[in-house]
Amino acid sequence: MRDFSYLRASSADEARQAALQAGSALLAGGTTLLDLAKCGVMEPETVVDITHLSGLGGIEVDANGARIGALAKMGEVADNVGIRAAFPAVSESLSLAASAQLRNMATIGGNLLQRTRCSYFREPAVFPACHKRNPGSGCSAMGGITRNHAVLGTSDTCIASYPGDLAVALVAFDAVVELGGRTVSVDDFFLLPGNTPERETVLERGEMITAITVPSSAAATNSTYLKVRDRQSYEFAAASAAVGLEFEADGRTVRDIRVALGGVATKPWRVRGVEQALIGKMLSLETVETASRLAMEGAVSHGANRYKIELAPRVVARAILKVGGLA
Amino acid sequence: MTRTIHLSLDINGGRYDLDVEPRVTLLDALREHLALTGTKKGCDQGQCGACTCHVDGKRVLSCLTLAAQVEGRQVTTIEGIAAENGELHPVQAAFVEHDAFQCGYCTPGQIMSAVACIREGHAGSDEEIREYMSGNLCRCGAYNNIVAAVREAAEMA
Ligand SMILES: Cc1cc2nc3c(=O)[nH]c(=O)nc-3n(C[C@H](O)[C@H](O)[C@H](O)COP(=O)(O)OP(=O)(O)OC[C@H]3O[C@@H](n4cnc5c(N)ncnc54)[C@H](O)[C@@H]3O)c2cc1C
Ligand code: SF4
Ligand code: FES
Ligand code: FES
Repeated sequence: MRDFSYLRASSADEARQAALQAGSALLAGGTTLLDLAKCGVMEPETVVDITHLSGLGGIEVDANGARIGALAKMGEVADNVGIRAAFPAVSESLSLAASAQLRNMATIGGNLLQRTRCSYFREPAVFPACHKRNPGSGCSAMGGITRNHAVLGTSDTCIASYPGDLAVALVAFDAVVELGGRTVSVDDFFLLPGNTPERETVLERGEMITAITVPSSAAATNSTYLKVRDRQSYEFAAASAAVGLEFEADGRTVRDIRVALGGVATKPWRVRGVEQALIGKMLSLETVETASRLAMEGAVSHGANRYKIELAPRVVARAILKVGGLA
Repeated sequence: MTRTIHLSLDINGGRYDLDVEPRVTLLDALREHLALTGTKKGCDQGQCGACTCHVDGKRVLSCLTLAAQVEGRQVTTIEGIAAENGELHPVQAAFVEHDAFQCGYCTPGQIMSAVACIREGHAGSDEEIREYMSGNLCRCGAYNNIVAAVREAAEMA
């Protein structure tokens, strides 16, 4: 890890000022920043420690929704009683992520900003070609081992998947990122790789995430996060789904449904096609399985990740059946 | 252009002063600068849990924590959990009792993680112990005995 200078910010304004300088990086939980600095992928000149700032870590839940401070820890949010009651999918997406130690360190703001990345990206010395690290240099993944790469939202320059869990639940329930001066929906916060895979979000230099808000809804209250992976715990998703469901008064007809996918796309992936196909329908095994296949509209495989196209709709269907009381 | 910074850290209730480069992790500070080598370095990348310590009572990975970050916080390492008179912490005793190790390299991390796991209330069943201890890998595969040790320590707590 290349050495850097260290600045402990004593106010959010001081942190933002320091973050305006090229070469500076905010340190929240440090679990992405220090990891990638050790890999030689990130080489900050100044690390701006924001872990000692107060007032950015609160978690408030009321009838309108939740407001989660950027410095709240993953573990605190997962275990928060209000979040668990009003947004089970959000709580589950966090408690199924990483490990207990990492969840005590990592923050909600940093979690959104964990890189959309692949294992080639992590090894600059061995695999110099990576458009995301070094635009124009190529992509080592194309024609390589692609088992964990995305099948949705890819471009000719980059096929890395967004590996985070929380953002998948957030995008399903219309959460919003607060950036101090402006707010952006989580869906719009993340960018597709297109020709600029190095740019993953709309965050500008010197901007800081201050909080995330999630509006209440009946669908969010009746929600789940289903994560399927190569080992039972402490692993990224092979495919995951955040699903929330509200029935009409008859208890069988779908009034509102939210579906988002993780582990298969280049950004947290809301699948409105599946939602539209089910609204107004009676929930049954058949309607759910048919609708879930729409989740893969536009999917492209790159060899070994082909299984995701088969797996993801099954994960979606299982999650819908669970919140619908049919499984 | 190596610049060092001066840090004053609170570790196991004692005060330690040191001058280190800003990039030095808590793990390297403990092992290389303070001769507290009980905390182990496995992967150095946040993946194995061997370096688990407590900061303000919470279990964290010292390999992904800067030493500079923990100034003003209370750090506890494996050297700091037995009683003053040398009597083992109940989790340490349970690991001995259940033979919860082979080579022992992962053990300090497992024990620090288990102490916190029990305190968090996440050691209610074998299934829950396995889930909440999943951040601690054991290359020797002593998992069954580790779970048994954690369960017994949790029942006594
Ligand atoms: C072994 C391992 C397993 C993991 N498994 C999972 C998993 O299963 N699921 C999952 O979702 N994640 C997983 N992760 C990723 C982990 O969740 C992220 O590393 C973590 O959430 C990042 O948060 P942080 O606070 O540590 O971020 P940091 O490392 O502190 O910051 C990350 C980036 O965001 C910037 N930043 C941080 N806070 C702000 C802010 N408020 N405003 C603007 N910029 C900011 C930093 O400058 C940096 O560039 C895993 C990580 C590891 C190491
Ligand atoms: S998939 Fe993206 S991150 Fe991975 S090597 Fe190619 S350009 Fe880099
Ligand atoms: S050495 Fe820290 S997690 Fe492996
Ligand atoms: S006892 Fe050898 S690694 Fe766990």
